[in-house]
Amino acid sequence: MSSLTEKDRPIVQLLLNTGTCPRCILRFCCVGSQTLYRHPYKDLMKDLKEFLKNNQEKEDTVCSDVVDPPCKRIRLEHTEEGPGDLNHNGALQQIPSVNDGNTAMEDSAVKVCNVCLGILQEFCEVDFVKKVCQKVNSADYQFTSFVFSVSLPPQLSVRERATWLLVKQEMGKLGLSLAKDDIVQLKEAYKWIIHPQLSEELGVPADGKSLFEVSVVFAHPETEDECRFLATACPDCFKPAKNKQSVFTRMAVIKALEKIKEEDFLKHFPCPPSSPKNLCVALEIQCNNGAVFVAGRYNKYSRNLPQTPWIIDGERKLESSVEELISEHLMAEFKADSFNFSSSGREDVDVRTLGNGRPFAIELVNPRRIRFTAEEMKGLQQTINNSSDKIQVRDLQLVTRSAIGRMKEGEEEKTKTYSALIWTDKAIQKEDIAFLDDIKELKLDQKTPLRVLHRRPLAVRCRIIHTMQSEYIDEHHFRLHLKTQAGTYIKEFVHGDFGRTKPNIGSLLNRTADILELDVESVDVDWPPTLDN
Amino acid sequence: FSQLQHNNCISFCRICVITLAEAHPLLQNGKTIKSINYQISANCSRLQNKVSGKSKRGAQFLTELAPLCRISSSDGEEYTIYSCIRGRLIEVNENILSNPAILQEKPSTEGYIAVVLPKFEESKSITQGLLTQKEYKEVLLKRLNSSS
Repeated sequence: MSSLTEKDRPIVQLLLNTGTCPRCILRFCCVGSQTLYRHPYKDLMKDLKEFLKNNQEKEDTVCSDVVDPPCKRIRLEHTEEGPGDLNHNGALQQIPSVNDGNTAMEDSAVKVCNVCLGILQEFCEVDFVKKVCQKVNSADYQFTSFVFSVSLPPQLSVRERATWLLVKQEMGKLGLSLAKDDIVQLKEAYKWIIHPQLSEELGVPADGKSLFEVSVVFAHPETEDECRFLATACPDCFKPAKNKQSVFTRMAVIKALEKIKEEDFLKHFPCPPSSPKNLCVALEIQCNNGAVFVAGRYNKYSRNLPQTPWIIDGERKLESSVEELISEHLMAEFKADSFNFSSSGREDVDVRTLGNGRPFAIELVNPRRIRFTAEEMKGLQQTINNSSDKIQVRDLQLVTRSAIGRMKEGEEEKTKTYSALIWTDKAIQKEDIAFLDDIKELKLDQKTPLRVLHRRPLAVRCRIIHTMQSEYIDEHHFRLHLKTQAGTYIKEFVHGDFGRTKPNIGSLLNRTADILELDVESVDVDWPPTLDN
Repeated sequence: FSQLQHNNCISFCRICVITLAEAHPLLQNGKTIKSINYQISANCSRLQNKVSGKSKRGAQFLTELAPLCRISSSDGEEYTIYSCIRGRLIEVNENILSNPAILQEKPSTEGYIAVVLPKFEESKSITQGLLTQKEYKEVLLKRLNSSS
């Protein structure tokens, strides 16, 4: 808990004279007391002036908890003489003496700080806090904590650098050093001041890990061109802009400031920085909630439903889709901006998914509502199931992002079981297909099926049919149940795909076979956890 | 009198499978296949066609008159099977090399000749330029009538 001491005096005077606000002055004096920064602006200004007027012999410390009324006599002396002991031979620039016309000393209009451009002034005040909270409340988000992120204009880093050099030189005269890291960061000080105020107004704590983000972008058009000199000094730091956005990003400017030599910097940038006419402006105040994940399993009962919307050349080829039927209601309840649907594998348009269904997960982006009880989730599940007979969902639940990995690993590793209705050209009897039941671990070589070859690379896949079970229907039909390795093309195993899947049912039966119907009977992944619905 | 190539083109999405059409001389009674050769010139063997990636880079590009293979029958005749469509050669059927019988027994399925992928822009016009089964039969009928 450091406070101002004698050695700080010249710095305070210097910075005050050159148009720096009290809080920035405290920063450059390495004052680490958070509470001090939260004191009202006027009080801080008053205290600094008090500190300056104190007699050097007194060696007073300024701590706003205990305010020593300065000796009246000394005060009077000072107002008569003016700041006589303040000699500033600015090696960098002639600094106007304090009594020159109107300065920040008086109660008249507060000058915009030449270092923070108003961030630690106006934007710490209750009006701004109210403005932010109004935006948050009107956006109607559900949240239990918040993280407040601030985007500052890059020229602030330049001004910070200039001021550091100024202060460093001044302290050098006293034989003292000032490392850049000792200075309190502007963003840090800003958060010290504004977090408690936001927290109080919103009724929830500030938490760096919060999923609910309130972000403000600040800009200062008046000084926008101040970074340009860096481009000539360090051209390789500035890459050509994508999307026509400014090349002078915060990161690029900081990088350039690290590279540039002190002498070069001082050649191009005024030190101390000039006093701006205007404050920063808050360009945008935005809210964003981290994504939530809803998982479950779906059954598909339609033979005319794609998994994702089927649109060619802007025209929808088939009505609706699995993902739309499931997400529609989730989007409405969670009030999200958009969704990302993924599942553990998928089936063709004309294939049903029976049994326990196929695991899926939906990422809901920027949801306004995030809290749902198990009851409410059950209710949601019922709503989805009531709205369509083409699909049904079960085990609907909220999951974490990391849980999605379990689903995807199922896609590659786990087995699936199917039921296929098969037609043969030449007649079959029961005996002709019985042998299929005895075949175990049948190895297939499957070239990329012709029906997907336009969008997949040509390759040969080895896949295994673990078991088969046949059900004779008539001389030209039988049903085959199969348990296969993940990634096996069942239709091609039945009809042979021009002989490009070997062996196939046709080759095994020595006939021409084709598949009339296919159903997925089970997807053998034990995720998400089964709920007792 | 223009040569009818008797090629059949079956298409899935954009993929085209080239097979012999039913009126091809090789599919008529009495013809036995002696050999099938994918080496169509000194520098070019269709067997050496290699494609990689989704866009099938490295494929041999075919024009309508590009030969796919040459087939000799035991009666001394030699037939050149042409692509008849423009596009990238994806694969030729190597099964007919080891088992030429399937070319005659199952010409439209296991006995296919080649798989070709036309350019995206050209795929619609190509399929439109083909004859349907019905139209093909009509053309054959006309020829039969005109030559008799």
